[in-house]
Order: sequence, then C-alpha cells, then structure tokens
Amino acid sequence: MSAALSVWVKGVGLWAPGAADWHAFCEIVAGRDAPGTEGRPMADVLPPNERRRAPESVLLAAAVAGQAVRMSGLEAAALPCVFASAHGDQAITDYMCATLADTPTELSPTKFHNSVHNAPAGYWTIATHCHASSSAVSGGETTFGAGLLEAATLAVADDRDVLLASYDIAGVGPLGEMTATTGPFAIALVLSPRADATAVRLDITPSPGNSGSQPTGDAWLDSVAASNPSAQAIPLAHALALARSTALRVAAARELDIHVDVELAA
Amino acid sequence: MPHPMPPLSIRAYTATSALGRGLDAHADALRSSRGGLSPNDFSSAPLDCWIGRVAGLEDEPLPAELAQWECRNNRLAWVALTQDGFMDAVRDARERYGASRVAVLLGTSTSSIGATEEGYRRLDHGRMPEDLHRPVLHTPHSLAGFVAAAFDLEGPCLTVATACSSSAKVFGNAERMIRLGLIDAAVVGGTDTLCDSVLFGFNSLELVSGEPCRPFDANRSGISIGEAAGFALLERVTDGSTGPLLIGYGEASDAHHMSTPHPEGLGAEIALRDALARAGIEAGDVDYINLHGTASQKNDDVEAALVARSFPATTRASSTKGFTGHTLGAAGMLEAAITLLAMRDGHVPANLGATTPDPLCGPQMAWTAEQREVRIALSNSFGFGGNNACLAFARVGEPA
Repeated sequence: MSAALSVWVKGVGLWAPGAADWHAFCEIVAGRDAPGTEGRPMADVLPPNERRRAPESVLLAAAVAGQAVRMSGLEAAALPCVFASAHGDQAITDYMCATLADTPTELSPTKFHNSVHNAPAGYWTIATHCHASSSAVSGGETTFGAGLLEAATLAVADDRDVLLASYDIAGVGPLGEMTATTGPFAIALVLSPRADATAVRLDITPSPGNSGSQPTGDAWLDSVAASNPSAQAIPLAHALALARSTALRVAAARELDIHVDVELAA
Repeated sequence: MPHPMPPLSIRAYTATSALGRGLDAHADALRSSRGGLSPNDFSSAPLDCWIGRVAGLEDEPLPAELAQWECRNNRLAWVALTQDGFMDAVRDARERYGASRVAVLLGTSTSSIGATEEGYRRLDHGRMPEDLHRPVLHTPHSLAGFVAAAFDLEGPCLTVATACSSSAKVFGNAERMIRLGLIDAAVVGGTDTLCDSVLFGFNSLELVSGEPCRPFDANRSGISIGEAAGFALLERVTDGSTGPLLIGYGEASDAHHMSTPHPEGLGAEIALRDALARAGIEAGDVDYINLHGTASQKNDDVEAALVARSFPATTRASSTKGFTGHTLGAAGMLEAAITLLAMRDGHVPANLGATTPDPLCGPQMAWTAEQREVRIALSNSFGFGGNNACLAFARVGEPA
C-alpha cells in the first residue's frame, strides 16, 4: 500500500528536560553526552522584551520552532504553521481558575490574552512577520500524532513547506493532577512536500487501532516520553537523531494510529 | 494564491444559540429581526453586561452512557447534535464509509473550562472535587473527544483552538483531508459556552459592552458574549448530492498584535483573497457576507473599511452578533449556518443593534433585513493572535 502522505524533514527543533536543543538531544541519544541541566528554553526569535514576559508555553514552542526553521534555511515568514498542544499553558489556566474562584474581577488582562490556545502561534507569527495561515490544535492525549497528521496534510494539500511545533508544559495545581503532565517537552519539524535528496522522508499513513507506545529501552528517553502528550514524539525524535530508517506507529486519535516509515536520505 | 478547490457537499448542518435550537428557530428569529440577548445572569459574580444564553441546559443532563463527559459545553453540543436530523446524517455516513473514514474536526475557544472553573470554586482539600475527577473534561480536546465518542467515530479527531476563528478553520482542515483521500466525510463545527474565563477575561480587556452589542454603530461600546454550538457534515460532491456547497476558504495571520487586529486588516484581506481564489470567484460574484462584526471598536473599523474597498454595492453585508452575541470559538460555525440559511431562504439578515451607521461603512451594509437571492456568500471569522479565516459557500445548483 502506498503511503497517504510523504513529507521531507527539512528541520528539527527539540527541548526536553536535560536537552536544551536538537543538537544536545542527538549527542545524548548517540551516547556522547549525558542529559544536562537545562535553563529556560532559548526563544531567540522573540524580541527581548517579549522573551522576558512570555509565558512558559510560548517560550518552549518558539524555542523549538526557531531551531527547526533555522536548520531548514527557510524564511519563517513564508511558512504556514501548526502549533499543537494537549493542554496549552496549564500554569495560566491554573492561575485563571484560581483567580476566578476568589477575585474574578481582578483577572489580569495580559494573562487572559496569553491564555488562548493560539498564544504561541500569535507570538510566533508576530515575531517572524508571518502572514501565512497559523493554527493551534489539540488532540488530547494523542496530540503529537494528530498534529503531525494535520501538518503533513497541510503541506501536501497546499504544496507548501509547513512548520509543526508540538509542546506541553508541566501541570500545576488541581488541574495538573487531572492532566498528569509531569514535565515540559517540545519538538518542531519543518516538513516539505517536495523530494529532497538530503532530507529524511516520512511516509505517513493513517492506520485503524491503537498499538500502544513503543519504549526505546533508554530510561531517560522513556521517562521523557511518558511526561506529556507532546513527548509521544520521542520514538520519532530518537529515529531522526540516530539517522536510522525505521517504521513507527504514533497514536493520532482514539482507535487511530499513524504508521510512519522513516526513510533516510539516499 | 491557492488553486481553485473541488467543492464539498454540506450534507447536513445545524446550530443552537440564544436564538433557539435548530435551523428553523434561527430562520424565524432572523426573518423577524428578533435578537436573543438578555441581561447577564450567568457569571459567578455580578458583571453588568448582556449575554446570549441558551435556555434550559441546566435541566438536561447527557444520556447516562455519556455521563463521564457531563458539563455545560458538552450538553450544549449534545443539544445541537440532536436537531435537524444531524445525528442520523452522521450515523448514515459512518455506515457508508466506516468509523475510521469519518473525521471529527471541531473548533472551540474554551471547550469545557467551565467545569475546571467549577472545580476550583469548590476544591476538596486543594484537589479537584470527586465528581469532577474526570480528566477528559479538563482539556481543550474535551468537545471533540465527546463528539467522537458519542458517534463512536474512529477517524482523525482534532480540536482547532484559534480563539474566534476556530470553528471556521475546521472547514479547511476537512477539505484538505477529504481532497487527499485520508477520509470520506467530516463532522465539523464547534461549541463554546458561557463561562467566567471569557466573561471576566473580556471584561478585563475592557471589551465588554454594558448594553446589547451594536456592531458597526458609530457609538458602539463593545461586545456581548454568547454561547452556541453548530455542526456540519462535509462529503465529496457526487451526482446525487443535494444541499449547499463549501466552495472555498482562506486562512491568514495578521502578524501584528495578540489582542487587536492589524490596523489595515492585512490578515483579514489575505484570508478573503485566499478564499476567493480557492472558490475561483471574484468579489463581484459575492451576494452576501456575514461579517465578523463583534462591535469592538477596532474590529469593526478594520472590517468596515475592508468591505467598503473590496466589494461592489450589490454585495450585501451584515453582522449577526447583535442577534446571538459573540459566540467566540463557535462563531465560525454558527455564522456559517446563518449564511447557509440566508442562501436557503433568500433572506439577508439585518445588522441588528446598529442605529447610527459608522461612517467607515460602505453601501454594502444591510442595516435592515432584505429579501434577495443569495447564490454565493462568505462568512468572516477573525480571532485573537491575529488569526483570520473566511469561508465561501454556494447555494445548491450554483456552479462554483
């Protein structure tokens, strides 16, 4: 059966607890380095004043998006973008719900406009002067797979390079207990619908059923993968970091996986 | 510019808002220019404003088998799904194509955050109370998860949450997936319900009016927030297709500011041009535009100027937020349904609420209702973060 969607990976960005960027992640995966102590995500695409004030979700998403676009060599301004997150900025949601319960008329207007699920897409398009389409999506626990399917669909349908960023931050407060996200993680991919001999090809096909997660066997990677829905990208990130052709299944919805053939550049 | 797209058939659609439940209730209210706004009796602390509230949701629990999804937002979605034969149409599509070939692609701004707010109002020793210990509710994906579960659908399932453009953009998601053969049908639409987050949130930005909203009025004073749910079933056009068509859509970003639109409406204009290009039509082909028209100072300034400079006077335009309030993430779908009704009934809705036209408005504005043939129509939806969408529809039998 031929793949439903073929896209070429022109750029990758990643931030995980212990890996401040894609290069650091590759070094850890290759066994040349150990997970370190990372600081705040480096969202250098944002202007300095925005970077200081930006909520964690925006920093995380903009940091990985910036890495991926830089690697791709493409202009961010021309890239349609899909920002995926299961839960958005849970710290702001926790603040909003706590404030609304006690002193609703004192709600911060800045927190409110930062609470929208498309805040990272908004800040990103403003910072990069991007007038292309931007989206903010959630697929709940299967957010990464749903976001990857959406971004690859957009790339092939409109014949355009597309930026995908999937991010989730750690949950806090009573909400955090419900979302059970224990740490931050984000990944970004620049996906091209055009064949590129130097890029890894992803052949993506929806496939009924959920096969469950596939542990990598590495304790650090598997703990990151279990920490939040965006981190379900870990098996794919692992394959990309090792530059290894492989086949993966990634959950994209209830009773729906996407089958992903990772094909190395010839 | 994108290439023209093959039109999609809208096999069924429905809407529920402050105007009532289902299409006939909306058509009746629009025909008689009777709005649905009422003084705010919803927020957990007094807030002097008007709202578009759907009556009776408090007394209508979900069916027992869906009880884990119980919350106001999913109740409103359920009420909407049970109107206009929509459930039967979706079950029929599932039967014809299979559960994994029908997608659920829904827009929402706040989903069931009202349930999360409620949990925080009555925390149990600092934790979510037992009856709200339901993780499926405390996520933006609650609505789409609920609808997929209600129909036992197993295709792609995605929430689009781009504030007030959310449930317009899902038409684009569906078109792409159908065109590429990933699916055969899609349930699109959206739901947003009244909750403290949006009432106090928009109040904190000083965007909420103390009176019923007056879109495009020179003396407008802000938005009125409403709640709504609406859904449409999209499929490929076949020889036997009846019903209206989705003929185009456009999406673009302002790249200007998080909570105010681009002063020249740049993103809105790109979305409009994109929609016209996909539809293979020109501005002069458009008979009616349902405007975003929130009654905020800046949105209406920008949108009035965009319409005035882009369309001939024969194109009629109105905002229907004076009828329903601004239903946020549900507005795209609600106003798509109103646009489809305008085509069905040959009735251009009034721009309810305005008494003194903003001088920026052009001759396109339908200040009062008009009986007139509507063959091709657009619906605008613009959101926070500079997120713009425009949908294009054709009446049945009209070539795109």
